[in-house]
Amino acid sequence: MLHDADALSLARFQFAFTISFHFIFPAFSIGLASYLAVLESLWLRTGRALYLDLFKYWLKIFAVVFAMGVVSGIVMSYQIGTNWSVYSDKAGPVIGPLMAYEVLTAFFLEAGFLGVMLFGMNRVGRGLHFTATLAVAIGTFLSAFWILSANSWMQTPVGHTTNAAGQFVPVDWLAIVFNPSFPYRLVHTVFAAYLTTALAVGAVGAWHLLRERANEGARVMFSMAMGMITVVAPLQILAGDQHGLNTLEHQPVKVMAMEGHFKSYTDGAPLILFGWPDEAKAETLYAIEIPKASSLILKHSFDAPLKGLDSVDRKEWPPVAIVFWSFRVMVGLGMAMLGLAAFSLLARVMHRLYDWKLLHLLALVMGPAGFVAVIAGWVTTEVGRQPYTVHGLLRTVDSVSPLQAPAVATSLLAFIIVYFIVFGAGVFYILRLMSHPPQRGEEGPERDQPVRAAGLTPSPVVPESLTSPGGET
Amino acid sequence: MLTFDLPTIWAFIIAFAIFAYVVMDGFDLGIGILFSWIPVGRERDTAMNTIAPVWDGNETWLVLGGGGLLAAFPLAYGTILSALYAPIVAMLLALIFRGVAFEFRWRDPRHRPYWDIAFSLGSIVAALAQGITLGALLQGIAVENRAYAGGWFDWLTPFSILVGASLVCGYALLGSTWLIMKSEGTLQVRCYRMAFGLGIATIVAIGAVSAATPFLSDVYWQRWFAWPQVLFTAQVPLLVAIATVVFFASLQRRHHYTPFLMALLVFTLSLAGLGISLFPYVVPPSMTIWDAAAPDASLKFMLVGAVVIVPIILAYTGYSYWVFRGKTGHEGYH
Repeated sequence: MLHDADALSLARFQFAFTISFHFIFPAFSIGLASYLAVLESLWLRTGRALYLDLFKYWLKIFAVVFAMGVVSGIVMSYQIGTNWSVYSDKAGPVIGPLMAYEVLTAFFLEAGFLGVMLFGMNRVGRGLHFTATLAVAIGTFLSAFWILSANSWMQTPVGHTTNAAGQFVPVDWLAIVFNPSFPYRLVHTVFAAYLTTALAVGAVGAWHLLRERANEGARVMFSMAMGMITVVAPLQILAGDQHGLNTLEHQPVKVMAMEGHFKSYTDGAPLILFGWPDEAKAETLYAIEIPKASSLILKHSFDAPLKGLDSVDRKEWPPVAIVFWSFRVMVGLGMAMLGLAAFSLLARVMHRLYDWKLLHLLALVMGPAGFVAVIAGWVTTEVGRQPYTVHGLLRTVDSVSPLQAPAVATSLLAFIIVYFIVFGAGVFYILRLMSHPPQRGEEGPERDQPVRAAGLTPSPVVPESLTSPGGET
Repeated sequence: MLTFDLPTIWAFIIAFAIFAYVVMDGFDLGIGILFSWIPVGRERDTAMNTIAPVWDGNETWLVLGGGGLLAAFPLAYGTILSALYAPIVAMLLALIFRGVAFEFRWRDPRHRPYWDIAFSLGSIVAALAQGITLGALLQGIAVENRAYAGGWFDWLTPFSILVGASLVCGYALLGSTWLIMKSEGTLQVRCYRMAFGLGIATIVAIGAVSAATPFLSDVYWQRWFAWPQVLFTAQVPLLVAIATVVFFASLQRRHHYTPFLMALLVFTLSLAGLGISLFPYVVPPSMTIWDAAAPDASLKFMLVGAVVIVPIILAYTGYSYWVFRGKTGHEGYH
C-alpha cells in the first residue's frame, strides 16, 4: 500500500512539475502574440518603421517561446493518459471534447499560421501577413478559453450525470463549458498573461533605457508596457477579488486554506497577513492579523460569520501551508505590480518616463514577477482543489493509473533532467535575444533562417524599403 | 457488417488524424533521421528550411490523435498510454529535443553541432518509439477491470522492435523523397541515392511486418485470409507492389514529385492494412471501439466541431504549404 502511495505522490509531482514548466510559455505567448498583433497593426496604420523593428525584435523571441510551449504541451496531452488513466476513463467524456475543441480551434490555427507569421513576410502581402499574426493571436486566446473551461469544470463540475461504469456523462454542454468558475478563471488568467508579458517587455525596455536612454525602440516598448500595466494591474486585482468570491461560493474549503482559517468565526474573521499554518495542531501559528478584515473582504461586512477548516472533515483538507503561502506570493506580487503601475503613471504625468532610473530599475527587477505570480496562482487553485481531481466527486487517489513507483520515478527524473537542459538553454537564448538593444532595420527570424523558393515564387509583395529599412547585410 | 454509428465514425476520424500525422510528421521526422548523413552547412540548412515553416502544424495532428482518443475513446486512451508508458514517455522526451532544435540551432551557431545531434537522435527515438507503440498495440494489451493488467516490459518484444525499426525506415524514406521534391543540386542527388536504399529497406520491412502480423493472433489471420474477404484484402499487397514498381521507375527517371507521392501511397496502404487487422478493436485482443467509446453526448458534441472545423484546417494547412511551395534555398532572401 505504501508502494501505491509513493507512485501517487510521484505521479502528482510529475504532473505539477511538467504543467508548471509548460504554463510559463503559454502565459508569455498569449500576451506576446497580442502584443505582436498590436505592433504590426501600428506599423500598417502609421507606416513608422520603428514598429516593424519592434515587431521583428519580439517575433524572434516569440518563435523560441512558442517552440518550447509546443513541445512541453505535447507532454501534457499524453501525460493525462500515462499517469492518470482512471481519471481519463471517468472524466474523459466531459474533459476530452473540450480539449479536442482546443486542438481543433486553437492549436491548428496557431500552427497553421505560425510559419507564415515567422517566415512569410516577403512571400505574402502585408494584409495576409497581418491576418496570419492575428490568427496566431486569436489561436492563443482560444486555447486559453478551452483549457480553462476544462480546468474550471474540474473545479466546479456541473451539467453531467454519472453512468454505471462511473463515468461522467455530459448532459448540458452549455452548462459544462460555461461552468460557474469559468468566466472568472478565464478573465483572471488572460489578464495574468497580459501582465506577465507587459512586465517582461517593460523589463527589456528598462534594461536598454538604463544603458542607452535615447534608444527609440526601448522607449516605445517601455512606454507601451507601462501603459498596459497601468490599465491591467488594477483590473486584475478587481478580477482576482471577484474570482475569490466565486471560489468562496463553490469551493469554500479552498478559501479557508488560502486564508489560514482553521477556526470558524461567528462575528468577524480576521485577515491573517502572515503566519505559519500548522495542520497537525490545526492552527495558524505566529499569525499577524487584521481583526475582522477577512469578513469585510469576503462578505463585505465586518461582523459576518465565516466558517473555518474545523467545520469540515480533515479528509477534505488540501495541503494548507502550500495554498496559504502560494496565495500570499501571488497577492504580494500583484500589489507590487500595482505599485509599479502607480509609479510609472506618476513618471508619465510628469514627463519623466524615460528619465527616472529608479523606475527603470524597479521595472527591471519586476521583469520575472509575472511568471512567478502566474505559477503561484496556479498552485493556489490546483493544490487548493485537493484532495479531488474533479471537485467533490473524484478523488486524486482514485484517479491515478495502475503505476509502479519505480516507473514513475524514472520518468520523473528523465523529465526533470531534460526540462532543465532544454528549457534552460531556451531561457538562455531568450535572455540573449533580449540583451540585444532594439535597432533600426531589425532582422526577423527569416534572416537567420532563410526560406526561399525558386521558380514559381511571386516577387516580394512588400517593398523592401518597408520590410527592412537599412539592413541589407 | 459496417454500421456507421458514432463510435465507428469517430474511429475513422481518429484513424484519419493518425494518418495525417504519420505522413506529415513522417517526412519531417524522416529528415531528422537522415540528418547525420546530410553534410553540415548548405545542404543541412536547406533540409531544415524545407520543414521549418510546417513542422509545428504537422505535430499538431499528434495532439489531435491524443486529444481525440481521450475524448472519443477515453478508456482506450487511459489503457494504451499506461500500458505503453515507457515508449510513450521516450517519444515525448525525444520530440522535445527535436522540436526545440528547429529554433535553437539558428540561435546558437557555436553549439549548432549539438542541437543537430539532438534533432537527429530525437527524430530517431521518436520514430522508433512510435513504431514500438504500434507493434505493442498490435500484439495485444492485457486488460482487466477497465485497466491495464500487464507488466512494465510487455511492450518489448522482437515484433515491436521490428515495427519500430520499420517505421524509422519508412519515415526516412518519406524524408528523402520530400527532399527530392524540395531541393536541387547535390542535396537532391544525395537524396535520390538514399531513397533507393531506403525504398528497398522499407519494402522489406513492410513485408516482414505483414508476414508476422497474421501469426500474432487468429483474428488477424481470419481477417486477411478468410474467403471471400481475401479477394478484398489481397488488393492491399497488390497495390503496394504496383506503387513500388512506379516508385523505383520514377527514381530511375529522376522525377521530382512521383517518388514522394508513391512513398505516401505505400504509407496509406500500410495504414489501410493496419485498419483491416485492427478494426473494430481499439485495444486488441479484448476492447472494441464500442467498449471504449465515450457516451453519445460526447461524440455528438465533438462531431459537430470536427465536421465543420477539420475541412477549414485542411484548407489553411494547404494554404500554408502553398505559400512555401517550390524549391527551398539555403540562403537569405536578398
